[in-house]
Amino acid sequence: MLGLKRYLVTRGLTMFGVLLVTLLLTVALVGSNMDTILKQGIIFQVRSEITDNPSIAKSFTNPEDFEAFVQQKIDERIIALGLDTPWYSPQRIGYTMFKIMILDFGNATFLTSDTGSPNVGDILLEKLPKTVLLFTTATIIISIIGILLGAASSSKIGSKTDRLTSTFAVISSSFPVWWIGMLMIFAFAFVYQIFPARATPDIEPSDPGYILSLLYHMALPLITIVLIGFGSWAYLVRNFMVGVMQEDFITAKRTIGINKKKIIYKHALKNAAPPIVTILALSLSGSLGGAIITEAVFDWPGMGRLYFEAISVMDLPVIIGSTYVLTVLFLISIFIADLLYGYFDPRVRTGL
Amino acid sequence: MSSVSSADIKREFSKSVLGITGILIIISLITVSIIAAITIPASTFQEWNNPEKWLEYPKTSVPIWVNYFTTEKIPEHKIIEPQIFQSNSNNVYLTSQQFLINFEFDDFPSDFVYEYEAKYSNAHLISVNLLRPDGLEVNLLTMSLPFSENETIYKQRIFSTDEMIKKNLLMSSNLFMFDISQKSVTDILFSDTNENKILKGNYAFVVNMYGIDNQSKITDSKIVLGGKAYGFMGTDELRRDLAVGLLWGTPLALFIGVSVAIGSVVVGLIYGVYSGYKGKKTDETMMRFNDIIYALPALPFLIILAVTISNSIFLMIGFLMIFSWVGVAKVSRSMSLQIKTRQYVEAAKIMGQKDSKIIFRHIIPQLLPYAFASIAISVPAAITTEAGLSFLGLGDPSFPTWGQILHDANTYGATAQGFWWWIIPPGLLIAITGLAFVFIGNALDSIVNPKLKR
Repeated sequence: MLGLKRYLVTRGLTMFGVLLVTLLLTVALVGSNMDTILKQGIIFQVRSEITDNPSIAKSFTNPEDFEAFVQQKIDERIIALGLDTPWYSPQRIGYTMFKIMILDFGNATFLTSDTGSPNVGDILLEKLPKTVLLFTTATIIISIIGILLGAASSSKIGSKTDRLTSTFAVISSSFPVWWIGMLMIFAFAFVYQIFPARATPDIEPSDPGYILSLLYHMALPLITIVLIGFGSWAYLVRNFMVGVMQEDFITAKRTIGINKKKIIYKHALKNAAPPIVTILALSLSGSLGGAIITEAVFDWPGMGRLYFEAISVMDLPVIIGSTYVLTVLFLISIFIADLLYGYFDPRVRTGL
Repeated sequence: MSSVSSADIKREFSKSVLGITGILIIISLITVSIIAAITIPASTFQEWNNPEKWLEYPKTSVPIWVNYFTTEKIPEHKIIEPQIFQSNSNNVYLTSQQFLINFEFDDFPSDFVYEYEAKYSNAHLISVNLLRPDGLEVNLLTMSLPFSENETIYKQRIFSTDEMIKKNLLMSSNLFMFDISQKSVTDILFSDTNENKILKGNYAFVVNMYGIDNQSKITDSKIVLGGKAYGFMGTDELRRDLAVGLLWGTPLALFIGVSVAIGSVVVGLIYGVYSGYKGKKTDETMMRFNDIIYALPALPFLIILAVTISNSIFLMIGFLMIFSWVGVAKVSRSMSLQIKTRQYVEAAKIMGQKDSKIIFRHIIPQLLPYAFASIAISVPAAITTEAGLSFLGLGDPSFPTWGQILHDANTYGATAQGFWWWIIPPGLLIAITGLAFVFIGNALDSIVNPKLKR
């Protein structure tokens, strides 16, 4: 058990390192922009305060003195907010990162939550469940179909089912999901008006029918994601199974005459489980990051669309906040995947 | 795994149907790229985002080949060049331009524009007539050009919506058996006289320019007959000829995909092999760094990079490379761990060869089949990721890609309005290009890892 513990600690530390690097990179990339925007805001604020109060302007006789006064006011504010040191100074980066780590993202510049709160934390809390709802459901459906289909095609290698699955896997994986999404909207929202085109429900979240409406709006994106996703899953499972089926113990079971179906679904699938579970953990999180474009196409009110909106209006606190949350989720699932892998495969934890 | 010789690979590959299909698709894509580069001048392509360049083209028109499949022929959008005749009699000089149109469609043209540039002096008179298949000649407009003592150049556009044309038509309303006052000019001009139905046949716009004492000169003129079908691929909301965008998108997609794939595989290969060969602390540190990159969420980062640094296509290729070498590095490390224990590598080491020489001479050549398979397999991901970024509106505007065409389609609500010719071809091209590389990659992969074939 000592090996496993050491393994987990190393992995945990790596993950934490990644989190810090990600944060640092994000802050570095948007930091200079953030400062420019904040400074412009201060200048605007000071100028408008002075125009609101004409007596200040009157107390000056020459315009140079007045300008100097305004500049002095601006500088005072900048120093008060700590903007006089550049964004890359260690204490400022440290402070920003510390605040983000304790999940204090501050207020959004433009975006608000459905309830009108500008707090980034509130916005994220509102969007996250919707992304999880859509993509987790989709991933679970995909994995179930994939495992069954993969097992079925590995039982008859070279059969029609097998070749169809492999072909479908290869073809579906080269289509961009969002493009298929556009086609699905075109076909099933406009040509045949079965599903709504925009995935955002048009009734208030407080309405009792909201959940039903949300599920109805979820149908089209869900179908699209499943359609594009299950092929490659089935193909992966098939390949794992083929590997397992060549192992000696399966051959032995076959020679003593155990039913082939039983071998596949009971023994082989069990032995192919470790990589399958690992991939499941990874794809659960991978789906969250890849959701950005898909949600933009379907207008699904989740994290991905929020991210896209934040980027298009350059709402920096929201960008930083959602990048952080996405990274944390991603890292958690990588960690879980590692854990499972270490649990299933003793070679990993003993460092062989 | 690495004992496959290149001759073996060639022989095995030529037996793989999918692999050959992939090669054929790529050859045809390259041919398309060459054709695009030769036939469509690069300047046209650079003007892709300049709306002025596309004024003559129709808005959201279907491709012309749609007419082969429909019974109702959709009127084609035509840009017609004139035949010019010049003559003079009794000091009256005549320049006559004839624009011939064979109109065999089942709907009226939406409008027409006559555009010309004339070089003349003194007074000149211009008259625009339409000769119809039933022999009727309708005078659309007669007007004088502004008087000028010296030779001047005069440019004008006459639109079918011009008040004067409608007035002239109303004067000859007795020719038509139906009420023409509420109809648009093209609905009247291209109509049967008995009822308001399309009259098919050969039409000719005849534009005569009369001058006394001297000949005028038409330096440029054309008639644009507005229709709802244009070009091989149709046009978009901004009147752009989609064929241009799609054709030029081909070399761009290949360039992006192949350069990202080659770049990341080469980096990953050298990194992984070096790490595995060196082993110990170096290996540990390098693999930790690898883990960090692996755990970065790629798409959010690519988006931030595109927004904050630059969306230039060349930088984008670099950004894509940053996130795609990791997997290759991991696999090549484990392969080099095996290869370095082989006797000839050990022998080379004992003989005192330099590390770099051992890596490049003895280890990397063994990994080449795997490297080629990885290059082929990572091309589609690069193409779709770039397309995805472009789709979000983060593409390089000076190099319009397929993803950007889809971005525009999405912005202008092409799905809602049923502009299928705007949505289907770019996505299909992305998919086909990706598929071709996947085919090749899989064919190579099953040669390199024969286990999967059984």
